[in-house]
Amino acid sequence: MVIDLDVCVGCHACAVACKEWNTSGTTAPLTDYDPYGAEPSGVWFNRIRHYEVGEYPNNKTINFPMSCMHCENAECVTVCPTGASYKRAEDGIVLVDQSKCMGCNYCSWACPYGARELDRMSGTMKKCTLCIDRIYDMNIPEEERQPACVLTCPAHARMFGDLDDPESTVSRAVRNRGGYALMPELNYRPTNHYLPPRNRPAIPVDGQSAPNLQRKIKEWVNQVVQR
Amino acid sequence: MHASLSTIFLTLLSGGGFGLMSLIVLANWLRLGGGLTVVETLVAGIIALALVSAGLISSTLHLANPKNAWRAFTRWRTSWLAREGVFAVAFYPFALLYLAATWIWNTPDNLLAHLAGAGALFFSVITVFSQGMIYAVLRTIRQWNTPLVPTNFLFLGAALGATTLAAVRLTTGGAAGTLVTVAVMLLFMAAVIKTIYYFWIAQPGGPTINTATGFTRATVRILDPGHTAGTFLTEEFGNTVPAQTAMLLKVTVYVLGFIVPAWFLYLALNGGPVFLGPAAALSAFVGIFVERWLFWAEAQHVVNLYHGRQQC
Repeated sequence: MVIDLDVCVGCHACAVACKEWNTSGTTAPLTDYDPYGAEPSGVWFNRIRHYEVGEYPNNKTINFPMSCMHCENAECVTVCPTGASYKRAEDGIVLVDQSKCMGCNYCSWACPYGARELDRMSGTMKKCTLCIDRIYDMNIPEEERQPACVLTCPAHARMFGDLDDPESTVSRAVRNRGGYALMPELNYRPTNHYLPPRNRPAIPVDGQSAPNLQRKIKEWVNQVVQR
Repeated sequence: MHASLSTIFLTLLSGGGFGLMSLIVLANWLRLGGGLTVVETLVAGIIALALVSAGLISSTLHLANPKNAWRAFTRWRTSWLAREGVFAVAFYPFALLYLAATWIWNTPDNLLAHLAGAGALFFSVITVFSQGMIYAVLRTIRQWNTPLVPTNFLFLGAALGATTLAAVRLTTGGAAGTLVTVAVMLLFMAAVIKTIYYFWIAQPGGPTINTATGFTRATVRILDPGHTAGTFLTEEFGNTVPAQTAMLLKVTVYVLGFIVPAWFLYLALNGGPVFLGPAAALSAFVGIFVERWLFWAEAQHVVNLYHGRQQC
């Protein structure tokens, strides 16, 4: 999974689509607590945060969707005492076997990215499944065999593909755009990569720049010539 | 980190219990204070087993889905939490056999007790070490990811055990000089190692909000965490302790955990009332309870960087 921070508009559609699909998916339900009350909360696999990077006027709002990074070096799996957390050998997807989890929270402590949330109702840890129940479903059209968050993103900020294949769309995007992983110093080696925002010149804020000769002539012609 | 009572009592009570069992075996082997009498061995041994059992039962209260707790013994090849469970259970037959052999032969000095005692000592130490390693392996929490954590667990457990054993000896009225000396020395060493730890974690370090988001060439601050109420992440990891509160609690740790126990043991040894022995042990447990609460409450998980913290 590759997320383009230049394009993400922070609309939370990915989180909502994820919730909608997965609350009836393999680790269903994604319990809500007090859903119609004053402080609604609940289990989400995908959360979007918003940051300001840089100082005005050279600043930018960054919308930052985060879900499971499906790390190469997934410590959440290493520390799990029950064997409920596992990483699939064939595609590297990290999952929690709901029938084995004892709800000790240890894996959530081991995850730097906040990708694991305990469901208080089932007493088990739940997390992004990369929509494993969609991406291998041979009964739906091939273009729909993607995670719900990717399919729903109105800005096309999310790309799903094989980062092990150097010529895949996602691998090329990471190469061309300088894609990076979060907190590399912890050595979890996250699979998900983020594409940084493209650099644009800052918009001048010291009033309108003085009109030049070309613009003065254009404006004069516009006033003289009747259409 | 959210400090849950179940995990605090697990590490506090079972740590003290394993420490006490280790000290019982060592005291009988090395004839500390002339060795323990059969009654002292049995009483202290039952206290140790009660502490360990209370701690382990408490740990299951931490589980949201305890019906799968038995599976926690299966992943001992990779998980320190599983190892801790396996070692803690392996401790029981040796400890029970040690007490039974002492009772049957009316002395802790028999072959079965020596063999069982060696096993009980080994599994006591390695279980407490594993408990420390549960936290020390987490690279997500700077305050825990240090060899000082298992070191602290071992020394604090030993200090609690030694203080309890000295209290037992003071209560039975035997010559308590050696056991009190051992207890005070272990209390002192535990206090020194805890002090090193407190200095060690004093300065922020590790990942920053910049490396967490990837924007390493500019300031980053949070505008909106993206949720309107608390989440699992804010409830589990969002806890902070005000600096003044932490300082006050650390003073409490030193006073109740180390100074008062040593002082009470000294007074009881020098003709003070008998109850000061048990009071010393109780004070030590209360002080280390506060230490353990701080251990959790002061721990800053890196996920807090995503909620606006600049560095943990």
